[in-house]
Amino acid sequence: MKEEHGHRPGKKTYKYGMVIDVDKCTGCGACMVACMAENNISFRKDETNKLVSNFWMRVYKITNGLPFPETDVSYIPRPCMQCEGHGHHHTPCVSVCPACATDYNHETGIVSQIPTRCFGCRYCMAACPYHVRVFNWWDPKWPKGMEKYLNPDVSPRMRGVVEKCTFCYHRFQRARNKAYAEGRRELHEDEYQTACTQACPAGAITFGDLDNPEHKVHKLKNTPGAFRLLEKLGTNPKVYYVSTRAWVRKAADVYIGEEGKGVTHP
Amino acid sequence: MNTASAPFDSALIPEGVKRCKLKWFLVWLGILNVPFMVGVAAYIVCWALALNQTYLNNNYPFGLWIAADLGVIALGGGAFFTGFLRYIIKIDELKNIVNFAVVVGVICYASALGILAVDIGQPLRGWHIFWHANVHSMLTEVAFCISCYFMVLCIEYLPLVLENRQINKLGFFHGMAHHLHGAMPAIAATGVFLSFFHQGSLGGVPGVLYGRPFAFREGFLVWPWTFFLFILSAMACGPCFTILITRITEGFARKKLVKRNVIDILARISGWLLAGYLVLKILDTVGWISWAGKVGAPLGSFYANQPYGYWVLITEIGIFGIIPCILLLVKATRQNESLLVVACLLNCAGIFMNRWIMTVQSLAVPVMSFDKFFSYHPNWAEWASTLMWVWLGAIVISLSYRYLPIFPQERELNPV
Repeated sequence: MKEEHGHRPGKKTYKYGMVIDVDKCTGCGACMVACMAENNISFRKDETNKLVSNFWMRVYKITNGLPFPETDVSYIPRPCMQCEGHGHHHTPCVSVCPACATDYNHETGIVSQIPTRCFGCRYCMAACPYHVRVFNWWDPKWPKGMEKYLNPDVSPRMRGVVEKCTFCYHRFQRARNKAYAEGRRELHEDEYQTACTQACPAGAITFGDLDNPEHKVHKLKNTPGAFRLLEKLGTNPKVYYVSTRAWVRKAADVYIGEEGKGVTHP
Repeated sequence: MNTASAPFDSALIPEGVKRCKLKWFLVWLGILNVPFMVGVAAYIVCWALALNQTYLNNNYPFGLWIAADLGVIALGGGAFFTGFLRYIIKIDELKNIVNFAVVVGVICYASALGILAVDIGQPLRGWHIFWHANVHSMLTEVAFCISCYFMVLCIEYLPLVLENRQINKLGFFHGMAHHLHGAMPAIAATGVFLSFFHQGSLGGVPGVLYGRPFAFREGFLVWPWTFFLFILSAMACGPCFTILITRITEGFARKKLVKRNVIDILARISGWLLAGYLVLKILDTVGWISWAGKVGAPLGSFYANQPYGYWVLITEIGIFGIIPCILLLVKATRQNESLLVVACLLNCAGIFMNRWIMTVQSLAVPVMSFDKFFSYHPNWAEWASTLMWVWLGAIVISLSYRYLPIFPQERELNPV
């Protein structure tokens, strides 16, 4: 079973992931805006009800709960965790989808979504503990003229289907096409970067191949103070966070118990 | 039957039984049609304007519809289980209620499929679940088993329709009904097989969600413990629902339709199964609390947000579990008409509550420490479209009762 959802031998594979330094994040939301523009995420005039809003990248604000002057605030940007699963558990959302409308890509380690196959049962949303997946409660409706500014590489989704962060997979496809055209089979680190990574003014987000020692994320994920969300559930995410603050690390994993013990860096 | 006072449609009514006049029957159907049409309107609104017409949201992708789906299938479990007892275990007395159990089963399963048709975001793509089937998904197993079993139930219902007084006069249909009756043990066995798996796979739907510690259960091979608990609870509750609907039908018909000994057999079996279920459910709960503790989720964290406090756990197992179990197992209370109805009501309410807990409450419990709790309650469109199937069920039972011989003991109990 492990081979089934692990990386396939004999083929150039990547394990794309992210390391987010939450101590650098200012909570500006540029990553969210970039993500929406890049991926043609629909919005409505009235977005006051966040429970029905579409966000692929969402920034959570957390506090240490202490009174002034000990109050401390941190921001947790949350893209899709691109879970790999662990042991006999597959990626939580992939194994439950009854129509194979979401898939674990063994070449990149990215969890994809096929909106035209999804029929909107929302079982994947129930399976995801990170609230990464969102449902299109409305048909997308763009302000007049905005259709011309949509990203031609990303299909807008129709109502009644689930969507999620894909680590800007279309950018990977574009970079790979370019590399192949140039007779290369390997992508350089800077050739494929997600929109949120490039938009972050504080440089808090680093993106790359977690398995490639030449990529920055490979080193960063092993730095002291690195952690993942809900480590003990065994979802095995490919998004890592770094913070020097113990309360932030603890808040990230409600089940962590002993600080630092949950991080396994598989 | 006195032809002078016989209803206008008396030629269609089974021989030797008395029915009200056609005009009163039509008035009754008209009354049922009013709330039914409200449900139809809710369906049209949801299909035309999309699911933003409900109170479902990204935190609660599952709501009343899924809970109702799981609930009605458990309630409809009376069909497969009564069929199993009648045709496989050969409890002969149950031939007097198995027809009605089938009618109730058809309604329940049609409801489940009908509710799913509005619950999915793209109903026209519903076939993707069969065409692009993911064999690892519990929902795929559910879809295949429910669809197949619904067909089996329709085949079980068909001979009843063919036994209508006028249809049965036609040689072909008479012969067909006869042969279908002959094949019924094999059909019932197929139904039992399918039912076991889909009741179980419905339990697997929440049980495999390892990202949701409230719902996740360890288990045997690929099946979480909820797989087995759902089968057993449906077997324990289904017969009670059949009894309940029989009593309601008798109330409206103002006559006895099934002998007491038949009801007593079902009630007694239901009581023992409920007892077995409760023992396993309590063991499962203890095991789950211990597992959740190991992954750092104390029991209190599951019940920290109202309305999902500890009362939920106590009510589900205690009031809706242990009390009806005692009422069904003790002969004196089981044979008391009012207490029997109370026991059946509590048992059915318990199963519905369990399905709500396993689906909606599972999503209500925040998993990330910085998640906020949001409450959910269904809106009019969700209620109306769900209850529509109750009214449709009442219409189907009314028509079946009037025109089909679904209660073999009616003539004996109510000589005309």
